[in-house]
Amino acid sequence: MSESLSSIFVGTLLANNFVLAMFLGLCPFLGVSARLNTALPMGAATTFVMVVASLCAFALNWLVTQFHMEFLRLISYIVIIASAVQLVEMFLKKNSPTLFRALGIYLPLITTNCAVLGVALFQTAREYNFLQALTFATAGGAGFTLALLLMAGLRERLNFSTVPKVVQGTALSLMLAGLLSLAFMGFAGLGAGE
Amino acid sequence: MSDAPAPITPSAAMIRTLALVATICGILIVSAYQGTFDAVQANKKLALERAVFKVIPGAARVSEFWASPAGLQPAAGAASEGGVKLYAAYDPTGALKGIAAEGAAKGYADVVRVMYAYDPAKQAVTGLGVVSMRETPGIGDKIYTDQAFLKNFEALDVKLAADGKALAHAVKVVKHGTKQNPWEIDAIAGATVTTKAVGRGINESAQRLLPLLAPHLDTLKEGK
Amino acid sequence: MIPGQKNPTNMEEFLEGIWKQNPVFVMVLGMCPTLAVTVSAMNAVSMGLATTFVLVASCLLISLMRNIIPKEVRIATYILIIATFVTVVDYLIQAISLAVYDALGAFIQLIVVNCIILGRAEAHASKTPPVKAVINAVGMGLGFTIGLLALGGVREIFGAGKLFGFSLFGPDFQPWVVMVLPPGGFFVLGAWLLLFNWIDSRKAVKSPLPLGEG
Repeated sequence: MSESLSSIFVGTLLANNFVLAMFLGLCPFLGVSARLNTALPMGAATTFVMVVASLCAFALNWLVTQFHMEFLRLISYIVIIASAVQLVEMFLKKNSPTLFRALGIYLPLITTNCAVLGVALFQTAREYNFLQALTFATAGGAGFTLALLLMAGLRERLNFSTVPKVVQGTALSLMLAGLLSLAFMGFAGLGAGE
Repeated sequence: MSDAPAPITPSAAMIRTLALVATICGILIVSAYQGTFDAVQANKKLALERAVFKVIPGAARVSEFWASPAGLQPAAGAASEGGVKLYAAYDPTGALKGIAAEGAAKGYADVVRVMYAYDPAKQAVTGLGVVSMRETPGIGDKIYTDQAFLKNFEALDVKLAADGKALAHAVKVVKHGTKQNPWEIDAIAGATVTTKAVGRGINESAQRLLPLLAPHLDTLKEGK
Repeated sequence: MIPGQKNPTNMEEFLEGIWKQNPVFVMVLGMCPTLAVTVSAMNAVSMGLATTFVLVASCLLISLMRNIIPKEVRIATYILIIATFVTVVDYLIQAISLAVYDALGAFIQLIVVNCIILGRAEAHASKTPPVKAVINAVGMGLGFTIGLLALGGVREIFGAGKLFGFSLFGPDFQPWVVMVLPPGGFFVLGAWLLLFNWIDSRKAVKSPLPLGEG
């Protein structure tokens, strides 16, 4: 079956948002979303790595299937993602110090972000072709950034309100995420087409 | 730690360790793959049979085929370009009992995958099963619990047009309670998006599969 | 761990993961599988056991090899070992039950990036002899499983009126559907954390000595 690119994009960005509906990339979502100005670079860096990982995974999957070595798929994905992140980091450091300063500190964190491996695994499971995979990765990253920004905005507002001591911390973040997730459920059905 | 001011490990030692670890890992993965291969294949076959037998009651054996413009091929080979997978089900005497195929379309939350049974004699869809879906529980799952909805698939007309290139009437989902023709599906009130996905999935799959299948029905009947 | 106590007994190693350092409720680690697969108690237990297996096996191997792994390449080695055992468990689950495999989907393979495992490998197994490392890993794994079960059980009871697939309230029960949908995951985990916070704050009030943060 072939899903249209626009339907993949809208679906992955909103209705099946990586963070709020598929629970991918929750650790940075809860950890880095306290402030608005770090949320955007973090989201951008993750999106970038997700796209790179998706391209690598696409090539690898072809290779692995070609040689009938499906049992090496997972291990090769994780190795290639870790190496890709390292290479990107070195490349940026050498060629674009400005960009490196903006994204650098987030790159190592991203290697163990489940959203990155998630992109690779889900695009394989859904048998996306090259363009579909690329759209999926971009929309996934954009969705991650969107969720991060919304959450950071909410949490900055919370700094100005009195919160009972019992509720403070992760419990409150989770409740907020739940409300956001509930709101995003309203997007379900978008792109279902007619 | 014993190696407090440890000097930099020589590359040879690093490579040796990594090679050792890689060897251990390789052996573990390959033995797990080999060790579970038969059980996994048996499980997959069982799951497929269960899914097919559910939409084609009375069947006892399933064979997989790829239908493509080049003809029918047993599914053992690689997927052929532009091919559609189909499952031929036979009863205990070896006679062709029906054909099952999968259809998929975007539903409310995510893609809805269904399996439908096609009866070549009646030229109709005669059964529906759900392969996977993530629709809202209590609403979307009516597509396999709502008996009135499942009645639509007791004889859903998918006759081929005279030129044999497409269905005579596209399968269509109509508003609840307005079904008039045998090729229409009566939607479930309140779960329209999901039911429409089922209709679109079947239509898309049948439009591709049935024209390819029609010239080769006799091959299937011989039960090869 | 209590400061000043250098050598924890086996029992303490075991209990650390179940209560004091529970990965789900205290450390809030490994959130992706925690929230994604806990729509039913059965899924929760399968996921918990799969993670436990990977955790124990990787910790054992890493602990055995702790003296020959050069520290420059240790993370690469750990990831390689963890990915191997995840592949093994992936095939094992397929061989045991395809239904479970389909229910958990890609989240089995995502065990690789579960921070609990890499964290345990780096912080504990790489410095501990095998027996203690395994005991600690079993405790952590069980703690994770219990955490998942606490989530999955609550979500299945409210969201489907069942537990392990058995109907609890009879046919007239109107399920609270949001519980098995994504927001329910966030709410239930949030509620559990609230409960623990509340218990902690009650204890802090009652006890004469102020307790540190969980």
